Amino acid sequence: MSELIAPSPSAERQASLWSDAFRAMRKRPDVIIATLVLLIVFAMAAFPRLFTDKDPTVCLGREARLRPDTWFTGDHPLGTDAFGCDFAATLVHGTRPTITLALSVIVVSVVVGLVLGIYAGYYGRWVDGLISRALDVFIVIPMLMGAVLILSLFRGRVSADSLMETIAAPAIALALFGWMEFCRYTRAATLETKNLDYVVAAKCLGASDRRIMFKHILPNAIVPVTAVIPTTIGGIIVTESALAVLGIGVQPPATSWGVLLSKGTEWAGGGYVYLFAWPLAMLILTVFAFATFGDALRDALDPKLR
Amino acid sequence: MSETIRVIGDTLPGADMNAPLLEVDDLRIDFKVRGKRVPAVRGASFTLEQGRTLAVVGESGSGKSVTSQAIMGILDTPPGHVTGGAVRLHGVDLLGLDEETRRTIRGNHIAIVFQDALSALNPLWSVGFQIGELFRVHRGTSRKAAKLKAIELLDLVGIPDAANRIGHYPHQFSGGMRQRVMIAMALALDPEVLIADEPTTALDVTVQAQIMRLLKKIQAERNMGLILITHDLGVVADVADDVAVMYAGEVVERAGIRDTFKRPAHPYTKALLRAIPRVDAIGQELEVIRGLPPNPASLPGGCPFHPRCFAAEDRCATEVPPWVEPAENHGSRCHFAEEVYTDER
Repeated sequence: MSELIAPSPSAERQASLWSDAFRAMRKRPDVIIATLVLLIVFAMAAFPRLFTDKDPTVCLGREARLRPDTWFTGDHPLGTDAFGCDFAATLVHGTRPTITLALSVIVVSVVVGLVLGIYAGYYGRWVDGLISRALDVFIVIPMLMGAVLILSLFRGRVSADSLMETIAAPAIALALFGWMEFCRYTRAATLETKNLDYVVAAKCLGASDRRIMFKHILPNAIVPVTAVIPTTIGGIIVTESALAVLGIGVQPPATSWGVLLSKGTEWAGGGYVYLFAWPLAMLILTVFAFATFGDALRDALDPKLR
Repeated sequence: MSETIRVIGDTLPGADMNAPLLEVDDLRIDFKVRGKRVPAVRGASFTLEQGRTLAVVGESGSGKSVTSQAIMGILDTPPGHVTGGAVRLHGVDLLGLDEETRRTIRGNHIAIVFQDALSALNPLWSVGFQIGELFRVHRGTSRKAAKLKAIELLDLVGIPDAANRIGHYPHQFSGGMRQRVMIAMALALDPEVLIADEPTTALDVTVQAQIMRLLKKIQAERNMGLILITHDLGVVADVADDVAVMYAGEVVERAGIRDTFKRPAHPYTKALLRAIPRVDAIGQELEVIRGLPPNPASLPGGCPFHPRCFAAEDRCATEVPPWVEPAENHGSRCHFAEEVYTDER
């Protein structure tokens, strides 16, 4: 009766893939720094008033292009831009469109990728054929080029009032070319999982296809997908700023970091380097933090690297 | 589960309660392999009555597992195709039903226990969740009531401290305990037919006996029909009521268990029985069946067993033997069934 002497469960350390990954990541200083940076950026997006008391839309022509004071003191710690708006406020308020856009794109891409991937992998045959060929078509078009093409079609036609409307066009364009990687990971994981005994067993107990897909297969596919999410967010932020430089990203009056960067390039040569350097610094810091976090997450979730 | 009064007609339209519980009639299954049709099951027939245990015995590749897959409706199509015959539950041919109806039959009327319980349980969910899920999805039970039902079931299959074990994950259970969990899951919806596909093969011998006794006990208590699929005649000897011996995709002998052990009517069964090690035969050489099971893609002509048969004559290589019954409820597919039965061969 060896089975009767099972170890006392309460004494066991609760160990799961996620808690192990969290434990592994907590020990790395680079992850801690990256997490802090990301928390500050998210806080800026959520509560810009905590970081600046100026309104970026109140601009005085006579205060245009004031260079920043030394040591970030005075009325305009980062100076003012070409129209006399406080640049620190502009920069802080530019965080929300940037982050909202990146997060909407990633949510849409992941959801679309997961659903299509799981259907392709589970049903196979013509469903897989259709989805996989669509994936091939989208994957040969680089995200930036595809987005440029799509946005050129919409250019000038969208009148934007709220934040969601200003970012809608670039978000749709980027999501359209962002779901493929998630789809491929999910499809591969589904193919691996769908013939396992416990999936067949669930089927034998009368589970429906959708229940099998979303309760039994999806939890296994989530891990590889999660690992690429942060890195992809960084990529989306970069692509958005590239679109902004081309003048087809987030539309004014909203200002993303990409828009600021694009405006800054016009003045950088004339001695106002800070108008270019600050948005660039924010962008690089954020993307770097996402990449570091994503890298660590991937390592932590991969049991082979432990 | 006693409060659940089952109305068969609700989930199985056209059910005839006077018809046998489960009847497999001349079932034929082909596999398409590289454009060629390979017969895996060539006309298997057997009947399972309520409250009885049928052992389906055969070597690897004899078609016993494929038959159970066809009964469950989980045959991989392609490559597997049912090309003929019927599987009747209370007289209703399951093979003719649409997928949605078949799905409601799985778990509710027919359930299966697999060989390897570790891989047949989802490692990501606790066993309590996996058992409770059945009640919540199929019966619309509340989360709390489903948990109580799950504890009740784990208790029923003999898992000690069920109330605590419910939150545990499959890897925290031993092999025998996992198989008990599997049995609990199969029993959850109170099926009338339970198929156990080599339920003890992955377990060590002492645990094997416990699991067999558990299956037998539950079968008797619930008056279920139990199909035991196995390659081990010894395991089923004191559990089964009837035996169907399969060879090369057909049932070659069908009889009550005592009759089969005492007076087999097919040379294959006889050879199988001789190949079981016996305590009272110390010092004697263990008999084996010479040769290998035939390749289903190129079966020998006539009786497929003739190249390995001790009783074979020339006609066995050319004439397909008919189904004969040397005694009541004792059938065999052999030219010399009578003589084997009376031990003249």
